[in-house]
Amino acid sequence: MAKVNKLFSDELNVANIGIENFTLTLKDQKVNTVHIDWRPPAGGDAALAKVLDILADDRVEKANKEAFDRINDSEPMLVDVVYAKDVLPDMKKNTIGHAGPRLAWDEMCGPLQGAILGAIVYEGLADSLEEAEKLVLNDEIDFRSNHSLGAVGPMTGMITYSMPLWKVENKTFNNTAYTTLNEGLGKVMRFGANGPDVIEKLKWLEKEFAPVMKAALKSTGPISLKVIMAKALAMGDEMHQRNNGATSMMVRELMPHVVKTQQDNPELHKITEFLTGNDQFFLNLAMVAGKAIMDAVSNIEYSTVVTAMSRNGTNFGIRISGMGDEWFEAPVNQPEGLFFPGFTAEDANPDIGDSTIVETVGVGGFAMGSAPAVVRFVGAASVDQAFQYSKDMQLITVGLSPTLIIPTMNFTGTATGIDARKVVETGILPVINTGMAHKKPGIGQVGAGIVHPPAACFEKAIKALGETLK
Amino acid sequence: MIHNVTKKNTYFDSVTLMLFSSNLEEIEGVNQAAAMMGTDHNKVLMQDSGLLKKEAVSDVTANDLIIGIDAENQEAVDQALQTLEDQFANKSSSKESATKTFKTFDQAIKENPDANLSVISIPGRFARSEVMKSLKKGLHVMLYSDNVSLEDEIALKDYALENDLLMMGPDCGTAIINGVALGFANVVNRGNIGLSAASGTGLQEVSVIIDKLGGGISQALGTGGRDLKEEVDGRMMLFTLDALANDDETEVIGLISKPPAESVMKKIVDKAAKIKKPIVACFLGGNPEVFKGTNIIGTTNLEEAAYTLVKTAAGEKADALTNSPLYQKTDEMLEYVNEGKAPYVRGLYTGGTLAYEALLLLDEKLDGVYSNIAIDKRYDLKDLQTSKENTILDMGEDYFTEGAPHPMIDPKQRADRIIKEAKDKDTGIILLDCVLGHGSHDDPAASIVKAVEKVKNDRKDIVFIASVTGTKKDPQDLEKTQKTLKDAGVHVLPTNNQAVNFALEVLKKRGVING
Repeated sequence: MAKVNKLFSDELNVANIGIENFTLTLKDQKVNTVHIDWRPPAGGDAALAKVLDILADDRVEKANKEAFDRINDSEPMLVDVVYAKDVLPDMKKNTIGHAGPRLAWDEMCGPLQGAILGAIVYEGLADSLEEAEKLVLNDEIDFRSNHSLGAVGPMTGMITYSMPLWKVENKTFNNTAYTTLNEGLGKVMRFGANGPDVIEKLKWLEKEFAPVMKAALKSTGPISLKVIMAKALAMGDEMHQRNNGATSMMVRELMPHVVKTQQDNPELHKITEFLTGNDQFFLNLAMVAGKAIMDAVSNIEYSTVVTAMSRNGTNFGIRISGMGDEWFEAPVNQPEGLFFPGFTAEDANPDIGDSTIVETVGVGGFAMGSAPAVVRFVGAASVDQAFQYSKDMQLITVGLSPTLIIPTMNFTGTATGIDARKVVETGILPVINTGMAHKKPGIGQVGAGIVHPPAACFEKAIKALGETLK
Repeated sequence: MIHNVTKKNTYFDSVTLMLFSSNLEEIEGVNQAAAMMGTDHNKVLMQDSGLLKKEAVSDVTANDLIIGIDAENQEAVDQALQTLEDQFANKSSSKESATKTFKTFDQAIKENPDANLSVISIPGRFARSEVMKSLKKGLHVMLYSDNVSLEDEIALKDYALENDLLMMGPDCGTAIINGVALGFANVVNRGNIGLSAASGTGLQEVSVIIDKLGGGISQALGTGGRDLKEEVDGRMMLFTLDALANDDETEVIGLISKPPAESVMKKIVDKAAKIKKPIVACFLGGNPEVFKGTNIIGTTNLEEAAYTLVKTAAGEKADALTNSPLYQKTDEMLEYVNEGKAPYVRGLYTGGTLAYEALLLLDEKLDGVYSNIAIDKRYDLKDLQTSKENTILDMGEDYFTEGAPHPMIDPKQRADRIIKEAKDKDTGIILLDCVLGHGSHDDPAASIVKAVEKVKNDRKDIVFIASVTGTKKDPQDLEKTQKTLKDAGVHVLPTNNQAVNFALEVLKKRGVING
């Protein structure tokens, strides 16, 4: 009887769940009260609530704990620069990897189609965009999802035969992941641009810049990306919209070795200018670190932890660990945010890119609280609101990262390991910081903002996993 | 004209929305209005009431707010929409400044680890998992929700008992813990009387009368309306009996409920036999004779229970209620009652147990009383829109509260019914309750009086009788409430029991029943 009689002698402290009026009357009586603005789990969908009940299972808890531990134990190391044709599975001259789940040509949005036509010209398969389109329509191009190649790419995410790739090894789990080298700002293929200057720059990256990076990395030895990411969080980056700190740290690692290995290279100035001239240089590296980490989390039986979130501009796809490589897709949302002068929401393409892998691993929008400098840009009204976004993400994740710490939020770890169950239960969707491409191919970035995955992805995923538990 | 607006991903609880909606209907030119979350059920409701155009609902989900306004002109629509927006804005801004608000229980408990009681008022089908979260964290629970399955109730109570926790409810609207009024409860003196009740307004009435008699409450605990049914087996009442027995502050224990199942009664009597403190029971509608030979003192109505508790708590023996300081002589009042021919009593109640008590007391003297909570199925009122002969209505029952706020929160529906009853030439007496306290409407007397004033001139023969369940310390002004009612010609009695008895005396005076 101790507990109930203790209540009678303690001061009453109430958690009111539901009708707000009860909270107000308790406040009137000066009772310490917290109000919970309750919403029906799974938006009141009875069938989904049932699935959630099935998934409230110790096997799922255990599997998710395992997934969480693997995320934290992972050690992604940047080891090399290689070429797609040499490392990616079954890579042919006409293979083109794109962001998001695999998609048919006629379902693709403008920027993705534009990038693909440019990529075909880049590979020398066609001399013009018109010719390139004929190849596509004749089914002569082999489209793949980047994720299925063990790789990721920002925005349209073009990965083709000749392209140079960063190679990252997850030292703990011995798996490898790849990503492209960031093209820089302005008119670039990742936003669907495909003019001769875009292709020329890609060629320069392939022929001139990539060998330099390869040589530098050989000289530095493996570089721990997680360490740079942790430092960057303390420098005001969230590593999706802002990579200033991370890029600086990375360049600081590379620069002495670039200079050391390229003393006779006439391009040295151009190379170092490129290396230091792009704040988003590190974005691709944050992404590939995420890919190397999350691939190690894949295929844990019963786990509802999200291992990939990605968009192809038409659909948003997620993968959850317990369902392996299966995509759970739904139509993408339109990002909301700010536009560069001369552009409006009308110009923006729907959500696109593999870059949401950074949110999957717990940075990007999840770490918005660490990046006060960009909160207005991504549409948050205040720094407090940015903190709130990061706090809300704690409600849909397995735990807090012990290594990726947000100093501005009293050194709390970033919310890590999205649990698809919790997303469905709370109705709180992952928050993603993203750039916006022009909906017409070839124009480029028009703004930046935040976007959420469609809830249906998570609903489909847990329904599928629920079947395996029956 | 019907005007529909939807707001995507905007959530308010249904009570808040109903309050907002009712304010819209007061705008000139607005015939009816509703703001509801877009669940399938609500969409059908709104369509049926002609507030929702078919084309407006295609992509509306349960997370979206739908607004439907039926108004004479665009001006009224605009004004209604503006009023609604203002209410939304006030709500969110006051919330931000006044109270910490969280999205989930887990988040709230992380920030407030000292919480020791959860008050839960969410749709019943979701209650089980939400209650379980609180119990698992070691919080006691008051569950206001109804429509919780018996199976869930039993499982939750078993888990609570294993962990030595209160699980008050489901359908528990009233409790007083450590002097704090929870849900619908009055502000009463603290004292040495501990209560355990399966009914909300029963607990309110008894605690208020105790207060008026100078007694006080140590703890007033709810068990939920079904606790003493055979299936639930008195799980929570037996537990609260132990809790009150072990509570140093409590010297006398009162039990309030409808009669328990036989098997449950036996358990209560057995448990009581082991408790040294005096126990007073009011099992409304039961025969107090059953307590002969036990150490439980039986009583037949709420006032008697309260009076007996106060006397016992003072170490005295209870005597007849006519000796109670609260007993009001009615001779003088009766003189003012005019000669009327209309023979029937119509009781319009906002409090469920008060309605039930009235039904029992009237039923003793009249040949059958129709009701929506009839004990004798022959007197089930089929058409709840139309009273029949003598009728007692519990207007807090599902029929009246589906899609409308509980009459204790918003007394409009009851006021409308007063007007309706007055149109029936056979209505001789209108019997009312007026429940004050936390959770209740700011000024329930005003709505009664508004209705009475409307009908008074045409029906001078109708006798209005009311009792006020409230104390001087309640947020509403008790004295003003009583005065407002009296000034409008309503006969105000101190308790529901005395109000019903006065109604019977009026019938005697009018020769409807024999003296």
